[in-house]
Amino acid sequence: MSSSKFKYLAALAATGVLALGVAACGDDSSDSGSGSSGDVSGNIRIDGSSTVAPLTEAIAEGFQQENPDVKVTVGTSGTGGGFEKFCAGETDANDASSAIDEEQTAMCKKGGVEWEEVQVANDALSVVVNPNNPVECLTIDQLSQIWENNSTVKSWSDIEGLDPAFDAELTLFGPGTDSGTFEYFTEAVNGEEGNQRKDYNNVGEDDNQTVTGVSGAEGGMGYFGFSFLQENEGKIRGMEIDSGDGCVPPSAETVQDATYTPLARPLYIYPSAEALARPEFDAFMKYYLENVNSVADQLGFVGLTDEQLNQSTTKVDNLISKAGNGEESSS
Amino acid sequence: MKPQTAGNQPAVPGSERTRLAASGARAVTLAQLSHQPRGDRLRGTIFMTLILFAVSLALIGLVAIIVQAAVKGAPAFSTDLITNGPSTINPEQSGFRPALLGTLYLIIGVIVLVVPLGISAAVYLEEYADGTRWWNRLIELNVQNLAGVPSIIYGILGLAFIVRGPLDLGFILAAGSMTLALLVLPTVILASREAIRAVPPSIREGSLALGATQWQTIRRQVLPAAIPGVVTGVILAISRAIGETAPLLLVGAATFVTFSPTFFGDNGYTALPVLIFNYAARPQDEFRVLAAAGVILMLIVLLAMNSFAIWLRNRYEQQW
Repeated sequence: MSSSKFKYLAALAATGVLALGVAACGDDSSDSGSGSSGDVSGNIRIDGSSTVAPLTEAIAEGFQQENPDVKVTVGTSGTGGGFEKFCAGETDANDASSAIDEEQTAMCKKGGVEWEEVQVANDALSVVVNPNNPVECLTIDQLSQIWENNSTVKSWSDIEGLDPAFDAELTLFGPGTDSGTFEYFTEAVNGEEGNQRKDYNNVGEDDNQTVTGVSGAEGGMGYFGFSFLQENEGKIRGMEIDSGDGCVPPSAETVQDATYTPLARPLYIYPSAEALARPEFDAFMKYYLENVNSVADQLGFVGLTDEQLNQSTTKVDNLISKAGNGEESSS
Repeated sequence: MKPQTAGNQPAVPGSERTRLAASGARAVTLAQLSHQPRGDRLRGTIFMTLILFAVSLALIGLVAIIVQAAVKGAPAFSTDLITNGPSTINPEQSGFRPALLGTLYLIIGVIVLVVPLGISAAVYLEEYADGTRWWNRLIELNVQNLAGVPSIIYGILGLAFIVRGPLDLGFILAAGSMTLALLVLPTVILASREAIRAVPPSIREGSLALGATQWQTIRRQVLPAAIPGVVTGVILAISRAIGETAPLLLVGAATFVTFSPTFFGDNGYTALPVLIFNYAARPQDEFRVLAAAGVILMLIVLLAMNSFAIWLRNRYEQQW
């Protein structure tokens, strides 16, 4: 009797294996992209920075509504993790919150992946403090005093040249060391990528923890992308930054007129040359730049200036026409 | 109550005396038996309080998570949540359909892989392997240690050997299933071994004595009897696999996928924990609401799967 029950179970398992096999067979749909620019089809695989991802997602969403035969996926492996896949030829484009570095360039060279850099938006890396903090403005030197490796600043009163004087224990919050935000901030403030004190509250990927932490500690300080500042106004306050030409607050305007230095950062997408030879990907890149500024605001990004947009659009147009000529060149 | 048999004598005063003596004896016995030193009683109370505290702490944690997720996610509860794909432009209408299907497919793949592999390994180790041979002891040691390896390591393994390298399957859902299956295989092997070991030797000996071969004994006697224990192992395995994010990110689970996944399609897939993890860290509150709703959704999927498994287990439960 119990052996028949066992047979039943075995049959169940066998059915499952069969189902897997059937699914395997029914999958060989090759996507022959129709050359014309009207209706395109195919798969587009994008990975990379989780900061840029919402923007690419919004674009992918709109693009798929217009081109239902194109399947776009967006991953969030991080700028570095994304480049690892991109440089192995496993993705079509990589979102990046900091420009490709030497190591990644070498990796792509080794993987035989040619890439291009296209700026899609701006971000204001925002240094945030508790709303009760009387200090309005910090110089880059003061920021460096606070954040540099082996810094001994324990309290706001330890910061040199602070105006007005403020005495509260300094509690620091920052992203994990593998994020593009960390890379950019350490480079811009401490002059060297990765140079930062170790005794801070590492919030990893979850910048919302910085919001909670800074809003709960009078002497709290943290940094993250502009969107987190925008969404949490009242709980935290953005610090004005003085890089030599007076105090400048983080805002869309100060980023676009290039006065919020050095913490205004460009956000990029890196398409591969191979992907640019495919019509559906070209259509996607064009759609990206046509629509990026209209969704950037809603998602907390700072849109491209006219000049930046022109530059990116021209670049993509050139790349597409170039790729169209030498289509069969790849091995 | 035996002392009352003393009432054989007809004399009334005698019976009265017997009654008095019996009740006196009972009082003395009770007093002696129920006498406990104050210290023992106090220690007993403290111990009870401690274990109750431990139980309630675990329960409070669970309840707090569920309540918080339910309250936070309440605005997002609607059929949109399971019928719609993700939307970044309109988070209010965003749903988890591709992620939900992705998670279901992943788990189905894990079960299909892990049940036959886990049971086979357990049968070998329990019924065939000679425990005195060094290679068998090495395997045993390995299985036990593998159960404690962090999941991200399995992600790296999956990326190097399944997605790339020898198998070179690419970033497909089946590769995700295989990676998760490797991750939970030790759990299933250990639980299955335990279950097989719990089958009384007399059952095996009886079967062998009646002329059955070892294979027949295992197939017709040992395995059917071990099913409840095996199913328990599978429940534990699924519960762990369903919540894993880190290895999936490594083996290619994307975040934004608008279409239903397939096992071998190379156009990408996603899963609930990946989406929840990502949404929870976004600046806009709408996404954090979605993340909370996703937590509840995942909990429902997990409970549904486990209730089915428990029902299955109870069906095969046997008393010796």
